[in-house]
Amino acid sequence: MSGITVLDVTKRFNGFTALDDVSVTIPEGSLTALLGPSGSGKSTLLRVIAGLESPDGGKVLIGNEDVTEQPARARGVGMVFQHYAAFKHMTVYDNVAFGLAIRRRPRAEIRDRVHELLELVQLEGLAKRYPAQLSGGQRQRMALARALAVEPGVLLLDEPFGALDARVRKELRAWLRRLHDEVHVTTIIVTHDQEEAMEVAGQIVVLNEGRIEQVGSPRELYDSPANEFVMSFVGPVNRVGETFVRPHDVELSLEPEAGSEEAMVERVVHLGFEVRVELLRADGERLLAQLTQDDVEQLELERGQIVHVRSSRTKTFA
Amino acid sequence: MSRYVIRFGALGYLALLLLLPVGFVFYRAFDHGFSHAWHAVTTPAAVHALELTLLIAAIAVPANTVFGIVMALALVRGRLPGRGLLNAAVDLPLALSPVVVGLSLVLLYGRGGWLGGLAGHGLKILFAFPGMVLATMFVSLPFVVREVVPVLREIGTEQEQAAETLGAGPFQTFRRITFPAIRWAVAYGVVLTTARAIGEFGAVSAVSGNIEGRTQTLPLYVKAQFDGFDTAGAYASSVVLAMIAIAVVVALRALHPREEAG
Repeated sequence: MSGITVLDVTKRFNGFTALDDVSVTIPEGSLTALLGPSGSGKSTLLRVIAGLESPDGGKVLIGNEDVTEQPARARGVGMVFQHYAAFKHMTVYDNVAFGLAIRRRPRAEIRDRVHELLELVQLEGLAKRYPAQLSGGQRQRMALARALAVEPGVLLLDEPFGALDARVRKELRAWLRRLHDEVHVTTIIVTHDQEEAMEVAGQIVVLNEGRIEQVGSPRELYDSPANEFVMSFVGPVNRVGETFVRPHDVELSLEPEAGSEEAMVERVVHLGFEVRVELLRADGERLLAQLTQDDVEQLELERGQIVHVRSSRTKTFA
Repeated sequence: MSRYVIRFGALGYLALLLLLPVGFVFYRAFDHGFSHAWHAVTTPAAVHALELTLLIAAIAVPANTVFGIVMALALVRGRLPGRGLLNAAVDLPLALSPVVVGLSLVLLYGRGGWLGGLAGHGLKILFAFPGMVLATMFVSLPFVVREVVPVLREIGTEQEQAAETLGAGPFQTFRRITFPAIRWAVAYGVVLTTARAIGEFGAVSAVSGNIEGRTQTLPLYVKAQFDGFDTAGAYASSVVLAMIAIAVVVALRALHPREEAG
C-alpha cells in the first residue's frame, strides 16, 4: 500500500490540453474521488497514474518511487474499467487468476486466493461461468476481484459504476465503501457524479478543463467551495447577481421579514420528503427553494401565490 | 409467399451458377468408371502436380498467416503514419488481375528486370519453385488481414490494457488475450488463403513455365490435360482440387465449437 504524488503533470492530445500542470497528493490508504464533468481530464489523470498514458511533462510517484518512466505492468496498480474489460474467453475463475498466473504463482496458492477473492466480492458460486453469463454488476465485481488479486499498492477505478443502472449503482457504492474499510488499499475513483463522489470518498479532487479546482473532504467542498465552479458542481445552486445560495438555504414566509423580498410561486414539485419550489422574483430572477413536506403544508403553498423570500448563508466569489 | 420466392430464388441462382457446373465435373470425372479416374490422378505427372500444389500452399499459407496477423495489428493498433496507404496496398492483390501479378513478377525477376541478376548468382526465381511461391503468396495475401482487422477493431483495447495493468508483457498479452479473441477470424482467413493458394491459376501460370513433372501445379495440370483432349483426366484432377477445398472447410467446421455466444 502506498500514497500517490502527482507533480506538475501535463498531457496533450493533438493540441488539446487534457491535463494542465496538475499536482495532487493522494494519502496512503485513502479513498479519493476525481470529480469533474466529461473532458475535465479526470480519466486522463487516472490513466497517467496507471501508466496507460505517458505525460508530456511532470512526474508520478507511487510511494516514494518515481514511476513516470515505468510501464503499467511494473507499477503494481489494480485497474477497473467502465466497461469491465472482462476477458471474454475466460471463466470468472481464470479472469481473477490472470495476474497470479502471469506471476507464475503455485496452483494451490492461486486457487486459495481466487476463492478468497470471489467470496469477498460475493461471486463464490459463479467461478465456472463466463463473463457473458453475468449481469453488469457481477462483471464489475469480478473485475474488482481481478484487480485486487495481485495485491496492488493502489486501486484505480475509472467510472466503475457508469455503465450500470441506478439501483445497482447505489448498491455497489455502499459495497465499495465497506470493501475499502476492509481492504484499506489506496483507492482512486473517477466519477462525474457528485453524489457518488460525496457518498464514497473521503477526499475529493475537483477537476475542470484539465486543472484542479479544489481538493478537500465532501463537507469542505460543499460548505466552503473555493469558487463558483465547485459551488455549482457539488450541489444545486441559485445565482442572484454575484451571490450564490443553495436551495435549502432559501427560506419562505407568508409575512415580510427583515431582508426578505417578494416572489411568486411558479411551480411546486413533490419528491416525497423533499419538495422543490420554483419562484419568480419581482425583478425577474428565478430561484429554486428546497423545503420539507411539513414546511410546504404549513405555508399552504400554491401556484401563483406571493411569498416572501430570504436567503441565508449566501456566498460571493471574487 | 414472398419468403418462398426469395428462398427458391437464392437456391436456384446458387444451383445454376455453382452446384450444377461443379456437380457436372464430378459426374463426368467418373464417366469411364472409377478405375479410369483413379488411374488419371495417379500418373506421375498428376501426383507431382498435387505434391507441388500442397508444398507451395504449405509455405504460402503460414507465411501469409503470420504476416496477416502482424499487419492487422499494425493497421489497427499501431500509430504508424501512412496507414491509409498501407491499408489500400493490402487490397491490391484483390484488385489486380492474377495475370498482371504474374507478369509483374516476370518483369521484376526476368532478364533485364531489377532483380533479374539474381538468376546469374544461382538463385533461379522465374520459371522455378521460388517464383511460384512468390506469386501464390502475392495473390493470397489479403485474406487473413481482411478477416482479422474488423475483429481487432471490435474488441477494442480495454482487455489488453487490463492485462497490462495485471502484469502481462506485450507477448503475454498477445498470447493470452488478443489471439484468443481473434482466433476464429484467423482460422477463416487461413481457409480462404488456403483455397486461393491451392486454386491459383493465372499468376502461377505466368511465372511457372508450366513444365510437366517440374513446375506444374494441379490447376495448371488440369488445364494441360483439358487442352490435350484428356477431358476425363482433367475432370478427375478437378475433383481432387475440389476435395481438398471441401476438406479444409470441413476441418474448420469440426474445429469450431458451435457459434460462441456473447
